[in-house]
Amino acid sequence: MSRIVEVRDLRYTYEDGTAALNGIDFELDAGEAVALLGANGSGKTTFAHHLNGILRGTGSVIIDGLPVTERNLREIRKRVGLVFQDSDNQLFMPTVLEDVAFGPMAAGMPVEDAMDRARAALDRVGLLAKANKAPWHLSAGEKKRASIAGILATDARLLVLDEPTTFLDPPGRKSLTELLAGLPQAKILITHDSAFAKELTRDAAFFDAGRIAARGPIAEIVERFNWGK
Amino acid sequence: MHIPDGFLSTPVWGTMDVVALPSIAYLARRAQREFQHNRIPLMGVMGAFIFAAQMINFPVGSGTSGHLVGGALLSFTLGPAAASIVMTAILATQALIFQDGGLLALGANVFNMAIAGVLAGYLPYMLLRGRKAGIFLGGVFSLLISAGLALAELLRSGVRMPNSVLAVSITLFTVSALIEGAITVAVMQALERIQPGFIRRPGGARGMGALAAASVGLAGAGMWIASAQPDGIQKLSLDIGLASHARAFLASPLAEYRLQLVSSPFLAKALASLTGLFVVYLLCVGLSRVLTIARPVPEEEAA
Amino acid sequence: MRHARIERWSCADSPVHRRHAAARILATLSFLVSIATFREGPIAVWPLFSALLVVAILAARLPVFALLKTAAAVLPFALCFAIVTAIAGDRRLAAQLVLRSYLSALAALWLVATTPVPELIAGLEWLRAPRFLLQVMQFLYRYLIVLMEEAAVMAQARAARAGTLRALHFRQAAGAAGVLFARSYSRAEAIHRAMLARGFDGRLPVFRRARFTLADAAFVAGCVALAAGVRTLG
Repeated sequence: MSRIVEVRDLRYTYEDGTAALNGIDFELDAGEAVALLGANGSGKTTFAHHLNGILRGTGSVIIDGLPVTERNLREIRKRVGLVFQDSDNQLFMPTVLEDVAFGPMAAGMPVEDAMDRARAALDRVGLLAKANKAPWHLSAGEKKRASIAGILATDARLLVLDEPTTFLDPPGRKSLTELLAGLPQAKILITHDSAFAKELTRDAAFFDAGRIAARGPIAEIVERFNWGK
Repeated sequence: MHIPDGFLSTPVWGTMDVVALPSIAYLARRAQREFQHNRIPLMGVMGAFIFAAQMINFPVGSGTSGHLVGGALLSFTLGPAAASIVMTAILATQALIFQDGGLLALGANVFNMAIAGVLAGYLPYMLLRGRKAGIFLGGVFSLLISAGLALAELLRSGVRMPNSVLAVSITLFTVSALIEGAITVAVMQALERIQPGFIRRPGGARGMGALAAASVGLAGAGMWIASAQPDGIQKLSLDIGLASHARAFLASPLAEYRLQLVSSPFLAKALASLTGLFVVYLLCVGLSRVLTIARPVPEEEAA
Repeated sequence: MRHARIERWSCADSPVHRRHAAARILATLSFLVSIATFREGPIAVWPLFSALLVVAILAARLPVFALLKTAAAVLPFALCFAIVTAIAGDRRLAAQLVLRSYLSALAALWLVATTPVPELIAGLEWLRAPRFLLQVMQFLYRYLIVLMEEAAVMAQARAARAGTLRALHFRQAAGAAGVLFARSYSRAEAIHRAMLARGFDGRLPVFRRARFTLADAAFVAGCVALAAGVRTLG
């Protein structure tokens, strides 16, 4: 089984000097899923932003065999799909179809092929009917699924979802869970919703003050750090 | 202050469209050069911010409330070129999508509020090096210039305004301008408390300052030229008895404000006026280019 | 909101909707120019202008009455000036002000009611408007509703704390504007990160839109001819 993510001694400090990541070691195999748990500010999102080069710290980050360097950024960003917490920040194009096609087009695909890819991805998440709608016509759940379609359109091999259930109602949460369960890509789920995480993986990493304090079965982590509901 | 279609006479709206178009093209190129590519979302979102901020009521006593217009605020936080483009985007959106302001009159509205207003607002801020008085005067001037230009354009187009109405209008403009100054100061202070990094220290826009002064002055003069003033000049020259000498000296087609090529008198006058104003405009641009060559604009840090 | 209705109208289908956005923009400009340049002439030209616009609305299969009503939003402003002008003695100009501004507003409304905003921006791009400006407009429009909703929620929250819906103190309003500014700024940075994550390299992809066809050219020619025709009768 190949490693899709391999991180060694990752450190990152903010401009004002506060340490955000204090030496992270992390690995994930292709097709596997893991939940990142931990308090706000413990470094989960900061860590996620190192996986596609938005942030660059010291240490080694290797995605699908490619080290995260300036030269590899373009390729890495095709393989890593980051789904942001606020879908409105993610769906920045005028229509859903154009947004989903953005990734393929940025990768250099011709317009027609990109549009076909986009339509296929929207179909996969059940939103083909809303392809020409403006993003504000979609519900929170639909926006989340459209964001995921945007990632699928680039043939990403790793999905990183930052607090995906935050704005979702129970039906939205359910359809998101079903969708994610059916996707073969590797997944990193940053979430406070351990119940949601349990439906998709048994593996969890607990972040505490910029370090991974523990990695293991969710049930154990939740028990050990008193993280459950 | 958004002039709808149907109010301005053709020489006036035509002239302003001709002046505004290349100005905006130039400012767009300048804003693009000054900033890195992450500024497109920033400028778009800040334009949306202005719309949203106009929903906030600023009580100014006895039941009335003012609203932020925002041209000056944008110029202090994004720089004048970017602020001009954002204001233009706002005005175009208002005209096209919300039917607030005319389409033919868009050139005039853009010149009044996005170009002259923004630059006139930036000038005191730059000259007073970001002090509170500069912020206040910036807000005041941006509105005064915008409203004043709008009024001038309406009057030039033949809209009648008895002195009483004029006095009331000017009073209203002045009050709005003072309110804008106060609101701009208050919001800038709030921003300073939240995060000082939002506010651009004035400095690298020397060319813009000169362009501001030049364009406001020249546009005023240009508008006068554009609307039937030639008849006045000819009449004047006759009165002073220069007629015979003048007729010989001013035998070039343009000076007589009648292009030989075009037969229709209205069209000829309009074309000549537009050409004249375009020449004036090119001088403005040339002036600012010369002034901006000397100093590079300081780059903002990447997000 | 009024705009929601216009947005619905713009997504309908009709021979007019099917034309290229740039064609409709040019047609509208020809209407506007002919209305704006008409100063002296027989009064009969005004009903002809009106008829021309009504025909355009009917061809777009839009509800005529609703559009006539919506365009009336410009009337209060126009009537103010018209009344002052009439009192100053120039009754003809007063009437012209009202007629010109109303018909111009109607023509502009016809454009927006047949053209969804993304197409409008694409049409302007086809007509060589500065692309940078259009991209800023694109983002502005996209985030308009988002930010207005944020502002509304903030206003409600503050009103709840203040115990009354009456206007806030000046300083508080400035604070609210400051917070809204900061949140907008942060959002813009988050959007940029999202764009980078999807491979943005500085140039927004240009989606090739519909081509300008012979039918579009014929449409423009027809509208310009009609507009010029009515105008020269004056």
